[in-house]
Amino acid sequence: MNVRKKLVVVGHGMVGHRFVQAAIERGLTETHDVVVIGDEPRPAYDRVALTSFFEVGAKALSLLPGGRYDDPRVALRTGASVVAVSPRQRIITLNTGEDLHYDELVLATGAYPFVPPVPGKDLDNVFVYRTIEDLEAIRKAAKRAKSGAVVGGGLLGLEAANALSQLGLETHVVELAPRLMAVQVDAAGGLTLSRHVEQLGLTVHTGAMTEAILGTTKVTGMALKDRKPLDVDMVVFSAGIRPRDQLGGTADLALAERGGILVDEHCRTSDEHIFAIGECAAPAGVMYGLVAPGYAMAEVVVDALLGGAGTFEGADMSTKLKLLGVDVASFGDAHATTAGALELVYSDAVAGVYKKLVISEDGRQLLGGVLVGDASAYGVLRPMVASGIELPENPEDLILPAGRGLTDIGLPDEAQVCSCNDVTKADIIAAAAAGETTRAGSTCGSCKVQTKKIIEDYYASQGQDVDRSICEHFPLTRQELFDVVAVHGYTRFDQVVEGHGTGRGCDICKPAIASILASQLGGHVLDDSTRTLQDTNDAYLANIQRNGTYSVVPRIPGGEITPEKLIVIGEVARDFGLYTKITGGQRIDLFGARMEQLPMIWRRLVDAGFESGHAYGKSLRTVKSCVGSTWCRYGVQDSVQLAIDLELRYRGLRSPHKLKGGVSGCARECAEARGKDFGVIATEKGWNLYVGGNGGATPAHARLLAGDLDTETLVRYLDRFLMYYVRTADRLQRTAPWIDSLDGGLDRVREIVVDDALGLGSELEASMSRHVDGYFDEWKATIDDPEKLARFVSFVNAPGVPDPSISFREERGQIAPAVSLGESIPVGAP
Amino acid sequence: MIPVCRIDQIEVEGGVAALVDGAAVAIFRTHDGNVFAMSNWDPFSQASVLARGIVGTRGGVPFVASPMHKQAFDLRTGQCLDDAAVRVMTYDVQVDDGLVLIGSPQETSQEI
Ligand code: SRM
Ligand SMILES: Cc1cc2nc3c(=O)[nH]c(=O)nc-3n(C[C@H](O)[C@H](O)[C@H](O)COP(=O)(O)OP(=O)(O)OC[C@H]3O[C@@H](n4cnc5c(N)ncnc54)[C@H](O)[C@@H]3O)c2cc1C
Ligand code: SF4
Ligand code: FES
Repeated sequence: MNVRKKLVVVGHGMVGHRFVQAAIERGLTETHDVVVIGDEPRPAYDRVALTSFFEVGAKALSLLPGGRYDDPRVALRTGASVVAVSPRQRIITLNTGEDLHYDELVLATGAYPFVPPVPGKDLDNVFVYRTIEDLEAIRKAAKRAKSGAVVGGGLLGLEAANALSQLGLETHVVELAPRLMAVQVDAAGGLTLSRHVEQLGLTVHTGAMTEAILGTTKVTGMALKDRKPLDVDMVVFSAGIRPRDQLGGTADLALAERGGILVDEHCRTSDEHIFAIGECAAPAGVMYGLVAPGYAMAEVVVDALLGGAGTFEGADMSTKLKLLGVDVASFGDAHATTAGALELVYSDAVAGVYKKLVISEDGRQLLGGVLVGDASAYGVLRPMVASGIELPENPEDLILPAGRGLTDIGLPDEAQVCSCNDVTKADIIAAAAAGETTRAGSTCGSCKVQTKKIIEDYYASQGQDVDRSICEHFPLTRQELFDVVAVHGYTRFDQVVEGHGTGRGCDICKPAIASILASQLGGHVLDDSTRTLQDTNDAYLANIQRNGTYSVVPRIPGGEITPEKLIVIGEVARDFGLYTKITGGQRIDLFGARMEQLPMIWRRLVDAGFESGHAYGKSLRTVKSCVGSTWCRYGVQDSVQLAIDLELRYRGLRSPHKLKGGVSGCARECAEARGKDFGVIATEKGWNLYVGGNGGATPAHARLLAGDLDTETLVRYLDRFLMYYVRTADRLQRTAPWIDSLDGGLDRVREIVVDDALGLGSELEASMSRHVDGYFDEWKATIDDPEKLARFVSFVNAPGVPDPSISFREERGQIAPAVSLGESIPVGAP
Repeated sequence: MIPVCRIDQIEVEGGVAALVDGAAVAIFRTHDGNVFAMSNWDPFSQASVLARGIVGTRGGVPFVASPMHKQAFDLRTGQCLDDAAVRVMTYDVQVDDGLVLIGSPQETSQEI
């Protein structure tokens, strides 16, 4: 009879979890019962994505959301730690005093943050950055702190610093080495990186030695050698990690000279029944502080226990920084240590871009590189190093901004695309062919773009359309539809669906085509040819509310309004009994209008000089302003004037999603312009233009497109930017995800908008000026047209009768929809 | 049957609401010339709005998408295409000499 063996895993972190997963998948649990012991209070979670804890919470990070493995032969114990290993009896001892027998033992105890022995390191408000509990404590302390310092300017330190700054602290980064990310990046790259980090609002101190943390119980400051002390009230140490190899000590296992449990190429320790994987292990004496090598070790041990001969041969230490807004990557031999290696450097101090390629002596092979400020090429370059693919004739094309499309350079099948999960191009294609997915992109995410592209190219090569089609009626993307309409000069939905689609359309393609026709032709959205295509809100030029009434939002450009106009709004609201509220967009919304009241309300508003605010359209909403130099003692430019001008210029522009703008009169940014699709911030010399910001469910900060522009240039760039977006974005894609979806991202946008690399500039400007010249107020045109007005009735056979199902109650002195009584109401009768 | 409007008052692939015996009825006209009638009451949002939805086809089935949250309803049967448990009452409808006539509600499912 087969006796089942007992396999014990110590540590339920990323690598321990991957080990168990692989053990289940590869059948090791057929012969082994597995017990996993982890000392954190929860099952393994995605430590790589730890920083996103602040946004998504602990649940979303969990690698085992159910809390247990599906395989009943695996038992997981969290909140318990192993304190000793006795290899002779093959027993481990838990902190509870309990002993457990094992046949095979896998140590996956990870690492702990190193805290240098500086005075004050045990004060309150001194933290490390490793676990969810650490982040919870940091968040709590940050609520009462004003400023913080991170000790350590490496990859993790910068991540932690960015997190502090996002938590609203004035943040310092203190780094002993003369540059940031000293391990990965060379001196010139480090300088460019510092500039970027400072632009995020962090203060960088390089070459600075922390002498002491000051304070009696709590942190009150930090003393630096030969420099002024920092006035901070919390400190986070991120000065490197040390392997948790203590259990190795208790078991008398051989340890590596610089720490870590020494293991052979099968990840076996000096005891034949004990293995070590992940950050606690030191294969050939080297400890790896990244997750990908740990995963590879996990696979090797499963293999060994199954009787296989897989080996761990060292790993790629490529890294890409996951900081919002700073692109940094280093890969391969970034410091050109290979004999005879050549360096190719491209650097643009103004744009903050530094790129270096390290090339073999014969110029044939890429050995490594550093990318700062623009790491879009990382996805292609890193696999080129790993696979040894021959360099193209002019390797500088790979890093020059106007170089050819990087993704055109074919990767060989064996090129490793995802280093975290060791997935090659061939694996991705094989999975795509079988209708399956790989793990590529699921860990650090830096290979996602490349993976998606490979899958799409594969489908395209199979003659299959990648299903990016907008809906069942059209095998086309929004961009393709846009082009089809333009090329054929279509003016009606019928022509488009008959020529290129099937069926009669739906609530997805009809509004999209309506928007495309509107962007290309202008015209009224309620014209006969487009009326029935409009989304709910456009169809009645108002936003529908939960009880079937509508809201009315007159345009108040830049948020500036005269007392007379304010009074008119008040009078209209009072006379029609509407609920009034100041919106988040610096204007006033009037709610509770019955459909048949809309024309009367708008008659009054139009007569008083108001026009549609397009709150209902996928179109420009508002251009928010701050008060600017006219009144504000800090203002350096007239932000109100510019906001009004921009709002009036782009009003009515139909776009893939709604568009918002903002203009601030100085760097204090009271208009929150960087939270808008386009944001303008005044400088002493002119305007800085930022693009790609939004609030909503996935907030994004707008990023700098061009700086110190005069007004004319600013408007020219904006015309180009917006028209390019209108032409090429997907349906319901805001500017931020659209920019990310472009090959080359923001740099690509800059090439097109600022450098005019495609020579599209004048064409884009011309279509914008057609829009500007063709603008008219939709509401005025509607109330002047009896045919359009005829639709604004609740009942076709009883135009005077208001919808009896609508009623209101009172709340805080205004109307509110009456609570619905549910399905028991007879249809139509209240 | 009660006359409610002229057929040309309903846009092709559009809808209107009519008041029939105190009930709000949504009447739609499709591209192939058919006319359908169903209750105007959207059971999901609990509002009288279906006539204002976009009309189209889903896999050959003529449907209207609720203007509130986009659930689709088969114009022929009132069946919700996103939730088998939900169905909106339909009405007999006829077009006679350019006039749209609405009859009694169809409480039970009809053959199609
Ligand atoms: C009225 C208002 C809330 C308020 O009382 O303040 C509002 C109300 C609505 N918002 Fe909003 N949003 C309002 C400001 C905002 C803001 C703040 C801002 O503009 O500074 C945001 C975040 C900023 C942004 O958009 O980037 C905002 C993010 C959203 C989103 C999420 C968009 C996204 O990209 O994730 C939606 C949903 C959508 O558009 O798909 C949305 C959708 C809506 C809709 C249109 C939902 C709907 O279809 O019924 C709401 C109906 C408006 C109505 O009936 O008039 N609203 N909405 C604000 C109107 C501003 C205006 O004057 O036009
Ligand atoms: C903020 C942050 C960002 C990172 N970003 C990246 C990145 O972008 N790319 C990348 O490759 N890597 C990144 N890393 C590193 C990556 O998270 C680690 O390489 C990976 O988690 C190592 O996995 P592990 O299982 O070896 O260790 P861990 O994930 O630390 O797991 C070890 C587990 O064992 C437990 N344990 C230890 N001793 C015992 C004991 N005696 N008894 C019971 N349980 C014990 C620990 O509590 C822990 O839960 C990042 C790390 C951090 C903190
Ligand atoms: S936040 Fe939601 S509920 Fe509030 S106005 Fe915006 S869309 Fe409506
Ligand atoms: S390289 Fe990290 S997920 Fe693919």
